[in-house]
Amino acid sequence: MLSLAEAKIVLETALLCSQEPLSIADLRRLFEQELGADTIRRLLDELREDWAGRGVELATLASGWRFQTRSAFQPYLDRIAPERAPRYSRAVLETLAIIAYRQPVTRGDIEEIRGVTVSPNVVRTLEARGWIDVVGHRDTPGRPALYATTNTFLNDLGLRSLQELPPLEEIAKSLELAAAAPEQPSLPDETEVDPNRPAVASAA
Amino acid sequence: MTLELVHSRDARAPLARVRGEPLHELPADLYVPPDALEVFLDTFEGPLDLLLYLIRKANVDILDIPMARLTEQYLVYVEAMRHRNLELAAEYLVMAAMLMEIKSRMLLPPPRQAPDEELDPRAALVRRLLEYEQMKRAAYHLDRLPQRERDFYSVEVWIEQSLVQRLPQVAALDLENAWRALLARARLRQHHKVTRDELSVREHMTLILRQLGDGAFREFGGLFEPRRGVAALVVSFLALLELAREGLLDITQAAPYAPIYVRLAGIDGAAPPRAQLADNSGPAA
Repeated sequence: MLSLAEAKIVLETALLCSQEPLSIADLRRLFEQELGADTIRRLLDELREDWAGRGVELATLASGWRFQTRSAFQPYLDRIAPERAPRYSRAVLETLAIIAYRQPVTRGDIEEIRGVTVSPNVVRTLEARGWIDVVGHRDTPGRPALYATTNTFLNDLGLRSLQELPPLEEIAKSLELAAAAPEQPSLPDETEVDPNRPAVASAA
Repeated sequence: MTLELVHSRDARAPLARVRGEPLHELPADLYVPPDALEVFLDTFEGPLDLLLYLIRKANVDILDIPMARLTEQYLVYVEAMRHRNLELAAEYLVMAAMLMEIKSRMLLPPPRQAPDEELDPRAALVRRLLEYEQMKRAAYHLDRLPQRERDFYSVEVWIEQSLVQRLPQVAALDLENAWRALLARARLRQHHKVTRDELSVREHMTLILRQLGDGAFREFGGLFEPRRGVAALVVSFLALLELAREGLLDITQAAPYAPIYVRLAGIDGAAPPRAQLADNSGPAA
């Protein structure tokens, strides 16, 4: 029988060695005897406190728990890194934002909001990063693909769910123009996108 | 042009100095000479982006856009853009047409009937601008979130095991066990033979080499014929050992108790690298 202190070290070791975030269910499989999810969660919280003040932290993400470096130390790490991660263009970022906040969306929806054609390269860049994927097709002529963000996207941005996205700014909340808005279906408050993607189920 | 902002809350102090001249009021005109625009042209993400820039630059209320001025300014940009990038111009031209339509509709008196229709012809455009601006800012905020591989790394302890392929070793004991198994099989098939074949180790060495002639791996056990009796097996085994000693054979085993395979040495075939037993005797003669 493992003591809790030993179990915590087992958790720490597994998390340190894993390439992917580990969920509570993954972590439970480490132990022969039944260890409750609550117990594991408590040990993980302890572990996170144990690592406070270090350059590495235990982060909770969409797919579980992962050790990662604190971003404050990135400037130092960059000095020994062979190359800097490239920054995404505004076209990529705006497309990503529209997919993240308005998902699931078609390429046409994105073009409507941005007022320009969406280059296939932009979509490909985001797909290659594993941040977006096709979750269905809209039942309109041409059956355009519906894009949504993935768990990898949340993991890579350190988010547990879409609800943790930065809130949308209300840019002009006034007057008769805002009152006329309901004509446009996508304008109502959609900041709280359900991570379970109910819209996809109906579209698929 | 040198423009020097003056940070002062004094109402009488100039807002800025342009070429040394104090400027007390913000210019109402948002005209920028076209040749100065060229630098900016590529930085716009589309007509909506350009319009937003013009509106924000002019410091006018987005809900009350001065259409005549905005359209004029917009067309200056589009004209400059047309000289440089025809492909871009298409989307910008659609917007130009829309701006002019709105502008002309604003000159007409509002229709008495049709109460459902929006009174302000600018409404649809403004909504699109607001929607785009919201997404533009959302993109900015998204980009400021810490991003894996850009702002932090996931930590993963280096596990040597996963990187260095460990090859199983063939021990002498494995050969011995394989040999004993062969013997046992041979015993089951013993015949009562009176005559004794001429057995020569050299001959069996040749036989084995011939069997392995195509360079492929053969299973260790397959090289022997238990039916021919224990004596033949012994000679075959001796022949095999002799060949191995001379470095003519590669003897490999993928895992403990896995089948042992034999092939001619010195063949760089496509077979995966395996542990070698018999390569310590130097190059073959």
